[in-house]
Amino acid sequence: MRFVDEFRSPELIGKAGEEIRRLADPRRHYRIMEVCGGHTHAIYRFGLKDLLPSNVELIHGPGCPVCVLPMGRIDDGLSLTAHPEFIFAAFGDMMRVPGTHGSPLEHKARGMDVRIVYSPADALKLARSNPRKHVVFFAIGFETTAPSTALTILQAKAEGVRNFSVFCNHVTIIPAIRAILDSPDMRLDGFVGPGHVSTVIGCRPYEWIATDEGKPVVVSGFEPVDILQSIVMLLGQLRNGEARVENQYKRVVPWEGNRAALRAMAEVFELRPYFEWRGLGFISQSALKIRAGFAEWDSEQRFSVPGIRVTDPKAAQCGEVLKGVLKPSQCKLFARECTPEQPIGALMVSSEGSCAAYYNYQHHKPVTIANAAAG
Amino acid sequence: MATTVPKIKFREPQIEMAHGAGGKASRRLVEGLFVPLLFEPACGPLGDAAHIQINGTRIAMTTDAFVVNPLRFPGGSIGDLAINGTVNDLAVSGARAEAIVITFVLEAGLPTEILEAEVRAIADAARLAGVRVAGGDTKVVEHGKADRMYVTTTGIGRLIPGVSISPQSVRPGDRILLSGPIGDHGVTILLARGELDLEAEVKSDTRSILPMIESMVRAAGSGIRWMRDPTRGGVATSLNELARDCGLGIVLREDCVPVRDAVRGACELLGLDPLHIANEGQFLAVVARDDSDAALAALRATPGGAEARMIGEVRGEPAETVLVATSYGGSRVVDMLVGDPLPRIC
Repeated sequence: MRFVDEFRSPELIGKAGEEIRRLADPRRHYRIMEVCGGHTHAIYRFGLKDLLPSNVELIHGPGCPVCVLPMGRIDDGLSLTAHPEFIFAAFGDMMRVPGTHGSPLEHKARGMDVRIVYSPADALKLARSNPRKHVVFFAIGFETTAPSTALTILQAKAEGVRNFSVFCNHVTIIPAIRAILDSPDMRLDGFVGPGHVSTVIGCRPYEWIATDEGKPVVVSGFEPVDILQSIVMLLGQLRNGEARVENQYKRVVPWEGNRAALRAMAEVFELRPYFEWRGLGFISQSALKIRAGFAEWDSEQRFSVPGIRVTDPKAAQCGEVLKGVLKPSQCKLFARECTPEQPIGALMVSSEGSCAAYYNYQHHKPVTIANAAAG
Repeated sequence: MATTVPKIKFREPQIEMAHGAGGKASRRLVEGLFVPLLFEPACGPLGDAAHIQINGTRIAMTTDAFVVNPLRFPGGSIGDLAINGTVNDLAVSGARAEAIVITFVLEAGLPTEILEAEVRAIADAARLAGVRVAGGDTKVVEHGKADRMYVTTTGIGRLIPGVSISPQSVRPGDRILLSGPIGDHGVTILLARGELDLEAEVKSDTRSILPMIESMVRAAGSGIRWMRDPTRGGVATSLNELARDCGLGIVLREDCVPVRDAVRGACELLGLDPLHIANEGQFLAVVARDDSDAALAALRATPGGAEARMIGEVRGEPAETVLVATSYGGSRVVDMLVGDPLPRIC
């Protein structure tokens, strides 16, 4: 399959692996954070850890939008659509995320009209075809998905669709990275930068990480060759004592980002003064809200939202895992009380959450599999 | 009279969709509620069909319910699934379907032409599979109380001589065979629902797998240890069940698992793993190493079996685990499906 197989070529992967071993100084331990949940998922799915020397450690970052969403927001969203004249629409990612009284799927089993949509535009379509109902689109995501939400709100306004609103949980990536770097227990050598977020915001917003914090950033694609090449580029910079922002994902990410998408976001959204992140706490100017000019399409401005706050179970160490201080398996609940089926912490819910990825794909005992039979 | 109190382990307060999705939740429901109340403790692991003895003759018996939306989809319909699913459940238990009885649960208001089309599909599929429809029942429920039509079937079959399969007979070194490309059916249904605005050239693989199994049995006979049709939950769930039942490990070679480009593409876009997607016309077989080449050759020589592959092997370690080896030396654990496969977007 084109655009996939080239980036999974055993030959290129083998070469990148060799290059990593050549560049990694055996006297040094490297801690590299992949910010994006998509990278975490890919690293486990493709078994890339098996290809890295033991002194190159990957730390999973906060870039899984489902994982960083506080449970209270889910409760708020579901409370909006408790009446039968409402439809709760969200991405598949959200469907199994637990609220205090169950996940959207469990609410659906009890009779709530819950729909999985593939894009916010599909939620708007749902509103057009159900004129007697009000569709609440539960919007999540970083700058990757925020532009499509913005464009959908613009479209709803242009068409005058009034039975549609957005419960906005969009967050921005840079404040999260800053929070990680400000955390005293973090020692990181560099970042595999988010790929899809960067298609929108470009590479410039990361420059402070290189110039002020002295840490290299390589914006990366999601295939095995992409991720390994990004690690090669990071190790190369570290060996030369450099700290720059580089773009490995040039086939998709323009250095300046996507101006049309940024314009749509700026038109519809403004920064919230602060927003709660699960595991990281309140971070100022880290999330988007819908501007007053679009209040009609903002569930929070149009309806009363209870503003529920839920503290995570004390035993769950989601915050430490989210910041990369603990490995998923070091959490006391991991694979015992907390599993992908009965998740307690959000990192176990999304397949991009580091706990779920670790649970689903990681095995504890190394096994030699080079000669498995097949034909 | 001594009575034993059955040990019910299923404590979940309500039935969720996941309990019907064929993955872990389904297993919890069956093992935690149905097995303790309905089955003898010694009945062993649950297969695709029950083997029972009547007057000294052993027969295989299976039952299945079909609820699918949409009723018709590229490559088949609920009628095809009803016959083929039943024939296949019997086939992977080592039996040739002889007779099927069918129950229709119909929603008032269902257009007759829809019902007629499905009855015709059932007749055609039964003829193709060589099985007799021996009886049936019809119930009609109020409009809104069912999704147009549900079909349930019960089939009985005669055991194919020379086959004896059970997970306990599986040994390290055994080979794992797969009859053809995976994921066609599940992706077809997902796209046919029209909710994703995705189009792809893909159709359901619903068919009878009996001819392939019969020729494999002729070639490998007692070397066949275990078979399963990986329907809901896909190949990953079937193999995890096997790994658990036999206490051994299974290593798959990812590059040897056949997946059509259209299915791979849809799965890449939606963040799904083809190993978790449902199939309706494929089967997995564990065959003793010495018989595996003959079994594979026989499969490939049977019409519909040209794309069969050897996809991996059974290992002593890691116990009760399915491991996928990538072509470049990485590996990952593949678990059972949890709930329904949901598209991943953000």
